[in-house]
Amino acid sequence: MTLLASTSEAWWIALIEALVIINLVLLTFAYTTLVERKLLGRMQLRYGPNRAGPFGLLQPIADLVKLVRKEAFHPGKVEALPYIVAPAFSAFTALAAFSVIPYGEGWTVDGYQINGVVADVPIGLILFFALGSVGVYGFIVGGWASDSKYSLLGSMRTCAQLVSYEVSLSLSVLGVILLGQSLNLSDIVNKQIDSVWYVAPQFVGFLVFFLAAVAETARAPFDLPEADSELVAGYHTEYSGMRWGLFQMAEYVNMITLSALAVTLYFGGWEGPWAPLGPLWFFLKLAIAIGIFIWIRATVPRLRYDQLMRFGWKVLLPVATLNAVITALVVAWTG
Amino acid sequence: MSPQPVDTIKGFAVTFRQLFSKPITVQYPEYVRPVYPRFRGRHRLHRHENGLEKCVGCSLCAAACPADCIRVVAAENASPNRVSAGERYARIYEINMSRCIFCGYCELACPFDAITLGNEYEISEYSRDDLIYTKDMLLQEPIKTVPVASPDEFDTPIPYYQVHS
Repeated sequence: MTLLASTSEAWWIALIEALVIINLVLLTFAYTTLVERKLLGRMQLRYGPNRAGPFGLLQPIADLVKLVRKEAFHPGKVEALPYIVAPAFSAFTALAAFSVIPYGEGWTVDGYQINGVVADVPIGLILFFALGSVGVYGFIVGGWASDSKYSLLGSMRTCAQLVSYEVSLSLSVLGVILLGQSLNLSDIVNKQIDSVWYVAPQFVGFLVFFLAAVAETARAPFDLPEADSELVAGYHTEYSGMRWGLFQMAEYVNMITLSALAVTLYFGGWEGPWAPLGPLWFFLKLAIAIGIFIWIRATVPRLRYDQLMRFGWKVLLPVATLNAVITALVVAWTG
Repeated sequence: MSPQPVDTIKGFAVTFRQLFSKPITVQYPEYVRPVYPRFRGRHRLHRHENGLEKCVGCSLCAAACPADCIRVVAAENASPNRVSAGERYARIYEINMSRCIFCGYCELACPFDAITLGNEYEISEYSRDDLIYTKDMLLQEPIKTVPVASPDEFDTPIPYYQVHS
């Protein structure tokens, strides 16, 4: 087993790096809510929020203060421990999944090594999907512990949807793994720098990945779980205040993390054309990917639940499998 | 309903194009849209030129009000200081703005053109008691004038047969 060069990073540097990245992800989440509202507004011929500060830039702060100050009431008969832990658990897995995403090539400053990822593990991709799968527990438990029919139905639907599209998500990256010959995300990025961005040979795989990612984060057009008119609010009906805020954070951070994974696997991660500004190129590509998520939300109407499940199992899964098989054949044939 | 992939992709171009059009939102406090000429806003009690009030306290407006929100108590005009131009005047005249539906029936019912519905609509208060408007509040001119759209464009023109007989 090859020893990763990144294990020579000092523990306190790793700690500071983790802190900085987590805070940056949370900041990105906060301003993604604002960007989403303004971008949706502009696509619908209206301004987004523009009162809370110049161009609405203080709107996330206002939302945060409101959520924190709001009364976090709960129905009387909820199961106390699962009810409280569920949103925190969802938020935890969403944030933890970001730790394997590479955002830079690694730097050496003053003899100290600084990695380009927070957690450089040899099986980074598997860890990512494992955390995503475990994160579904937060939604199940949250809806079930709420002691409400709407929450239970909403959470069952959400989890069925998430589990269905996870299969296609994981299968669609098999093509990238075959091309990159590694499960470590930094290795995949380095191979893309040497050859071509994997979106070119794996275009079908990228499409499947992106559609499965939109469904995995329960965003429009696959957002029946949180459709207000269908299910009140699904699994987070009985949550208010910061507990609901944590569920929202889990959803948006999931979106950010899956966009980051798409950028890493298909668009060369932190590589950029002119200047070697790794993290900035990564952030720019991440912003474009998040913008595409928002663009899809603004354009397409919501899918009915049976249409959603049919699409996931009857269309995406066969296409993902075919993609994996054909990629395997081509790789084996060309050595 | 069969899936339409090509049309869906064309839909994305539509939403993308909207990014470059100017939004059609009216930014309210900075730009106040002109109201139509017959807009029914806050009520106003009127006076004659010589300063006497037009309202004689007949309470026809209170009778016509569907929401039953006008309270009129009449009193005799004492000779030295007349208040209104008739025999009686409205000693107490209150309108409960939280019940008023701004239909304009009181304006239609008044035989002396004493009460009309003006153009003022920024009449929010912080407590329900402040929403019961008394006579002197209703007699006042509006604090802020609201721009009115031009009658040529927006008011119903007088029909031809009423002008040319």
